[in-house]
Amino acid sequence: MSKRLLILTAMLFLVSSQTHAQAVRDYISIVGSSTVYPFATVVAETFGKTTQFKTPKIESTGSGGGFKLFCDGIGVKYPDITDSSRAIKQSEIDMCATNGVTDIIEIKIGYDGIVIANSKETSPFGLSRKDLFLALAKQIPDPENSGELTPNPHKTWKEINDRLPNIAIEVLGPPPTSGTRDAFVELAMEAGCSRFDWIETLKKTDKKQYQSICHTIREDGAYIEAGENDNLIVQKLETNPHALGIFGFSFLEQNTDKVQGLAIDGILPEFEAIADNSYPVSRPLFLYVKKSHVGMIPGIQAFLNEFTSEKAWGEDGYLTDKGLIPMTAAERDHFTENARQLRANIFMDSE
Amino acid sequence: MNKRMPARPKTIDRINQGLAKRHASEKLFHRMGLLSLLFGITCVAILFSSIISKGYTAFQQTFIQIEVHFDEQYFTVSGKDNDTEALSTADYGGMVKQSLRSQFPEAASRQEKRLLYDLVSIGATYQLRNMVMQDPALIGQTTPVWVPANDDVDMLIKGHMKREAPEAERRLRDQQIVWLDQLIAQEQLSLKLNTAFFTNGDSREPELAGIRGALMGSILTLMVTLLLSFPIGVATAVYLEEFAPKNKWTDFIEVNINNLAAVPSIVYGLLGLAVFINFIGFPRSAPLVGGLVLTLMTLPTIIIASRAALKSVPPSIREAALGIGASKMQTVFFHVLPLAFPGMLTGTIIGMAQALGETAPLLMIGMVAFIVDIPSGIFDPATVLPVQIFLWADSPERAFVERTSAAIMVLLGFLIIMNAIAVMLRKKFERRW
Repeated sequence: MSKRLLILTAMLFLVSSQTHAQAVRDYISIVGSSTVYPFATVVAETFGKTTQFKTPKIESTGSGGGFKLFCDGIGVKYPDITDSSRAIKQSEIDMCATNGVTDIIEIKIGYDGIVIANSKETSPFGLSRKDLFLALAKQIPDPENSGELTPNPHKTWKEINDRLPNIAIEVLGPPPTSGTRDAFVELAMEAGCSRFDWIETLKKTDKKQYQSICHTIREDGAYIEAGENDNLIVQKLETNPHALGIFGFSFLEQNTDKVQGLAIDGILPEFEAIADNSYPVSRPLFLYVKKSHVGMIPGIQAFLNEFTSEKAWGEDGYLTDKGLIPMTAAERDHFTENARQLRANIFMDSE
Repeated sequence: MNKRMPARPKTIDRINQGLAKRHASEKLFHRMGLLSLLFGITCVAILFSSIISKGYTAFQQTFIQIEVHFDEQYFTVSGKDNDTEALSTADYGGMVKQSLRSQFPEAASRQEKRLLYDLVSIGATYQLRNMVMQDPALIGQTTPVWVPANDDVDMLIKGHMKREAPEAERRLRDQQIVWLDQLIAQEQLSLKLNTAFFTNGDSREPELAGIRGALMGSILTLMVTLLLSFPIGVATAVYLEEFAPKNKWTDFIEVNINNLAAVPSIVYGLLGLAVFINFIGFPRSAPLVGGLVLTLMTLPTIIIASRAALKSVPPSIREAALGIGASKMQTVFFHVLPLAFPGMLTGTIIGMAQALGETAPLLMIGMVAFIVDIPSGIFDPATVLPVQIFLWADSPERAFVERTSAAIMVLLGFLIIMNAIAVMLRKKFERRW
């Protein structure tokens, strides 16, 4: 009976596989931020094609999700590297430590700019971070009662600032699950928010209140959550010339014929401006590596060497072609050295 | 005293009276049905035409012909005699650059040379290496080779990037376009069939990216799913339908199976993560785990379809078999099952088609990942077609837009084939009573 045969083969299939499952992993496993994903994948591919090692597997889990997997333990079951669009938090270091993950190598790989852009059909206008806060916060300081909050009344940009055009506020941006959103809120909204003196003082006295004022984005339709897909935001800007969009610099670079970046605090989102840190809405990107995995999984050292080589992350490297903003030469040297020597710079030991 | 209406209306008159209204409402119903059908067809037509119009160009790729001189000097590795080592580590990038320089000697400055090298894909390097590895006799010779062009060139040739746009707004500089025009005039640039799309795994270079890895992943995953869910599903259905006593317990199980069919698929992913990866310790991202999770997801569908198929076999068949002395098992295996089989198969194929298009549960078990190497077994890390579509849709490079649509076309092709097989099987074996 062919069906019985089928069941039998299925069984055999499973049993024979049981033994294999525990075998050693011979490829590097990487998890983490979707912002670093486009860069890590390029390095992984080049690494796989130019060395005798297998191509690393890269999952895009988001920075937080990456740390969760990364800190789960030591061993072939757990990822070797996590990439992140923010520095590791103390709570994550603690979580790692409780699971025995000590000796983590932190490598900064470069910067990413978050751009605010609109369609080429509309004339560009510069924004300050304060403008952005006043346009997008759920509650803003009441101009009549100092120290009081009022629900955001602004409908058009002109209401915020006289030199801005008289068009409705409509901003397409990422949802709260996105690292880009976190960075935008922190770097643009919070900076604009702290221009108000009494809120600035609140930072010291009531941090919770401060964060809820500065970090809460309005929900009345002016800010439109357009999903994690930055391509979609670019497409929507094309069909809606009055809207602004928030996305990563690499998407601006690929679509310069369709959209234009707006100046923030007078500085346009350009390669040089982000590289020398004068563009305000940019953030560093990191790799975190488990030192104890270096001997266990083949190729980690070689992979780090590839990542930190000039031909990858240098000023003319292939990562800059993909939109990564390189660090200064001195910073690059520092982190290359760290990677070469596998210097665990996130706490030396559990001790 | 009994005042009657002079002429009592006859039945036929009342019918005639209402006839126009009844005809009108029937016509309305008819039209509404037709309208909703048209609406559905239009939506499908729009979907298909937008996907096909965006995606068909991905099946072609721009190639550039370069004269490659496989100079011996590139193959001498200092102090090493190892032949294959020398062959695989030779500076193929240097050879590509050399041939481009001799083609366009006017590119002198470093900046210009960089622009020139950017015309050709990095894939040219790997292609030359493969050529030499296969035929070391090429060393020392000069041959024309068609190599893939960079994705920006490809976009320009296919018209997805506007040539008229000001230089600052396109990714190709004026100088590069001049060179491309020269190549076109000399017939050294042309669109050819994009075989890489079917033979390569994923890549971050759109011109090298292919769906073979995802396709293999889908096939392996579905194989695991089919091998597990079909026998288990059919056995469950046969037991519940033919052997199990009808009591509270079986009712309870039946309700639960029907409920499971409606559980969102992400829940199965979480279950898979907890049980197969964290508890049993299967590797992440493996088709084995994907197949197991999808098995859980498709089982209710298969069980429900199989039970319906068993129910539709008339009781007279069973009674006749039992009447001439067949045992219960003989009755089921030799008489009921063969008649119910087409229905079971249809249910299974529909379940498989559902599994083929699933991404949500795979997210939890690590199959949403960048994987270049083509998986060869159920333990290798793999991804599947719908995940590949998702990953490409999210990539910044413009050339991935058409590849996304092309991958959707491949996925839709497979779904249509599977559903067509289901219909054919039904037509062929179905018996009406």
